[in-house]
Amino acid sequence: MRDLNVIGKPWPKVDALSKCTGETRYADDLHLPRMLYAKILRSPHAHARIRRIDVSRARAVPGVHAVLTGRDLPTRFGILPVSQDEEALCVEKVRFVGDPVAAVAAVDEWTAEEALRLIEVEYEPLPALLTMEQALAESSVRIHEYGDGPNMHKLVSLEFGDVAEGFAQADYVREDIFFYAGSTHLPLEQHAAVAHYGPDGRLTLWSSTQTPHYVHRALAKVLGLPPHRIRVIATPVGGGFGGKSDPFSHEIVVAKLAMLTGRPVKITLTREEVFYVHRGRHPVLMWIKTGVRRDGTITAMHVRSFLDGGAYGSYGVATTYYTGALQTVTYKIPRYKFEGVRVFTNKPPCGPKRGHGTPQPRFALEVHLDKIAEDLGLDPVEMRRRQIVEAPSLTVNWLRISSCGLRACIDRVVEASGFREKFRRLPFGRGVGFACSAYLSGAGLPIYWNDMPHSGVQIKIDREGGVTVFCGSADIGQGSDSILAYIVAEILGILPEDVRVVTADTDLTPVDLGSYSSRVTVMAGNAAVEAAERLRHLLFRAAAERLDVPEDQLLARGRRIFDRADPDRGLDFAEAAQLAEARFGTLGAVGSYTPPKPLGRYKGAGVGPSPSYSYSACVAQVSVDPETGFVRVEKIWIAHDIGRAINPRLVEGQIHGSVYMGLGEALMEEQTFRSRLGVHTAPSMLDYKSPTTWEMPEVECFLIETDDPHGPFGAKEAGQGPLLPIPPAIANAVYDAVGVRIDELPITPEKVLKGLEDKARGGSGRIGPTSIPSLAWPEPIRVEPPPEWRSLGDLT
Amino acid sequence: MEKHLITLKVNGELHTLAVPVFKTLLEVLREDLNLTGTKHGCELGECGACTVLVDGEPVLSCLVLPIELQGREILTIEGLMERGRPHPLQQAFAEMGAAQCGYCTPGVVLSAKALLDRNPTPTRQEIAEALSGNLCRCTGYIQILEAVERAAAQLRDVRSAATDGR
Repeated sequence: MRDLNVIGKPWPKVDALSKCTGETRYADDLHLPRMLYAKILRSPHAHARIRRIDVSRARAVPGVHAVLTGRDLPTRFGILPVSQDEEALCVEKVRFVGDPVAAVAAVDEWTAEEALRLIEVEYEPLPALLTMEQALAESSVRIHEYGDGPNMHKLVSLEFGDVAEGFAQADYVREDIFFYAGSTHLPLEQHAAVAHYGPDGRLTLWSSTQTPHYVHRALAKVLGLPPHRIRVIATPVGGGFGGKSDPFSHEIVVAKLAMLTGRPVKITLTREEVFYVHRGRHPVLMWIKTGVRRDGTITAMHVRSFLDGGAYGSYGVATTYYTGALQTVTYKIPRYKFEGVRVFTNKPPCGPKRGHGTPQPRFALEVHLDKIAEDLGLDPVEMRRRQIVEAPSLTVNWLRISSCGLRACIDRVVEASGFREKFRRLPFGRGVGFACSAYLSGAGLPIYWNDMPHSGVQIKIDREGGVTVFCGSADIGQGSDSILAYIVAEILGILPEDVRVVTADTDLTPVDLGSYSSRVTVMAGNAAVEAAERLRHLLFRAAAERLDVPEDQLLARGRRIFDRADPDRGLDFAEAAQLAEARFGTLGAVGSYTPPKPLGRYKGAGVGPSPSYSYSACVAQVSVDPETGFVRVEKIWIAHDIGRAINPRLVEGQIHGSVYMGLGEALMEEQTFRSRLGVHTAPSMLDYKSPTTWEMPEVECFLIETDDPHGPFGAKEAGQGPLLPIPPAIANAVYDAVGVRIDELPITPEKVLKGLEDKARGGSGRIGPTSIPSLAWPEPIRVEPPPEWRSLGDLT
Repeated sequence: MEKHLITLKVNGELHTLAVPVFKTLLEVLREDLNLTGTKHGCELGECGACTVLVDGEPVLSCLVLPIELQGREILTIEGLMERGRPHPLQQAFAEMGAAQCGYCTPGVVLSAKALLDRNPTPTRQEIAEALSGNLCRCTGYIQILEAVERAAAQLRDVRSAATDGR
């Protein structure tokens, strides 16, 4: 491996001390002179027509400066160009409890709240469709007028090769049905935004957002302002996990209120509002059918997923495809069919949450494989291990695998956990479970169609050798600002502390598409590599002339540029910068990154491709109390193929956080609603259960480095992939412990007890859904697999 | 809105303020004293983000009224640094990766400080117990627990060095 000075070391994050001392200014910490405070009135109905809104009494309240309704902001928006279905304030209809209806700006929050109470809204209630079954059955009631069918936001059917041919070659075929409950991000920081509209006609919005670039576009569209008059600054995000990736009503509302009043306006959502704004994990009902040979070799797979999308589109088209796209990147699947539907319901809109549409099918697949292994008397580890994808290779759905360390991941966790000695051998009440997974390192396509780079970086050097990096990426706590500093420092031969990072400001920084799809290290990282190398080239040219050493013999290291053959012969970094500025003029460089073009040529081929895929393998050890049904996770062993750990401490932090969030989804987190009303049953941090220090198990991490050809220094993603194997590993461990299959997350004590009671009465002990809605699936788009998959000859 | 004159001692400084009685300590710290290092995640006493120390004990600032705290010593995250030098807990949190998004960090650091002040040698279980009221969604708590252990060790070293020097 290359000799690296900065990369691979556990540096503190560049913003760590400011976060630990209370210096970091989050959106709600901002205060501008003359600032007003905004509040939003939200619908109490799950589905209703707005007959009339009277704001006159609210307007008359002393201290109220402006009141807005939907008519003031009628232009629709949404994150995906194909789902522009949201209004900043609803115009004719509300579609969930919590849908925004009107807004007030006042001198303080109390006055704004008082004014909200005086707004009169006359609603005509409409039938509320609160379940997927209801929404699919009620074709006369439509939540939206668009989509692929009544209340069907998206309906897809794809077939890669002839699955019937694959199933015909199987010795054994198994079908299972699973349900993965919806959950919410629960960031500690409530969404907040501050808008300022200057006398020069320029609007500035500070917002807790993962995607300032997309917020910029949405503001321009809805406000009808030219984009160059809008500046969006993403403040440090106090927890995102996907929940701050959409452009939001409240961001547009404060901007409009600032324009109307000529005063800065702030809004901070209450915790209850954050629960309703949501965009969290889609509840997904899944049916999976797999054909295998006697030795467990997969011959064909067919997956159906039903996504409960809630009231708006959000990222849902992408989510739908994601529930079917990544099954193929772990094990060789020669024939594959995917059918999926996303259903509109009158509940808070679902969107992307850590793992975006892939933890649900991964849970289904890994539990399903565990059952197949048991049915065939096979070792569940070996069965998977034998059919891991090759690298490089193409999957049957045309995804390009550039590196894969899954085998090493499996070996590390199986060995460290003593899985083989424990599996099916621990006493009743204790068990181990195993699962694998894969995730993408950034989406291969941008959200709106264009040929421009996905990430841009600009670097400047001042005369004393200080380096500033500019990039549109938003640090949401994962440390993306720090990654930029480490990469630039490594290439220029300086230290991270010499680098200042300016990010997520649409006036100052080149576009980066945002902190979603685990894309920032790979994409902004590659852009930073390009920019830093260009700058180093200028420094080397100037230094080479001065030192009379060939450029390719120079090395940048330890804040010096020197002859690698004679290290004493060199210049200080600052000296080199001054020489280069004298020689070439003001120093600066740009770099950008565009991922490889997706290879698939079918509708839907844009979801799934990525520069690279990360891999994880996990063993969970649990104890289950048969008296209470309470599951305690004792320990998690997890190995993650990170490509290259740019900072191993940050990678482990991402893995811990993923394990934690997967644990919450496996055992307790669930977004539930009162039937008929669509009112959240637990819109508070007390009632919505999330793991505390008590529930968090010991975690043993292993980083597997595979040096991916597409990553900066070989790096791949870490932020999302390690969540995926956690729920299935825990579910498999619960089965190992007490012999009940809980095929429906979360695995609550009630479900475990129900399973145990069923078993005691002679039943199977399985808890979970037993049927899927009948749906007239469309004829699939039939996709010819890549050449290496065309023949099934080698299977026979 | 009727306001009352109160005097609060925050981070060693006395402040006289006119505030409505129902305004919480959290609101007064953030809005009247501009001490925005104290965070809020729920304003209902559920998340622990707004933890400050009152006479050394962790208190949820969203649940207490300043009028009741006159004459008490209130410590916020901003008061933990000495002459611009981070406290060993802050240093350890930064070094160990214990602050990801950083939003829960001020509250967690203060809960940890209260623990270490009364128990300089806590076990991991004791640390977990002391921090069980502070929710964190990023870290899985592990690097937080490691940071508290590291800070505890450093504070012990400092103390024993001071004792040896005497």
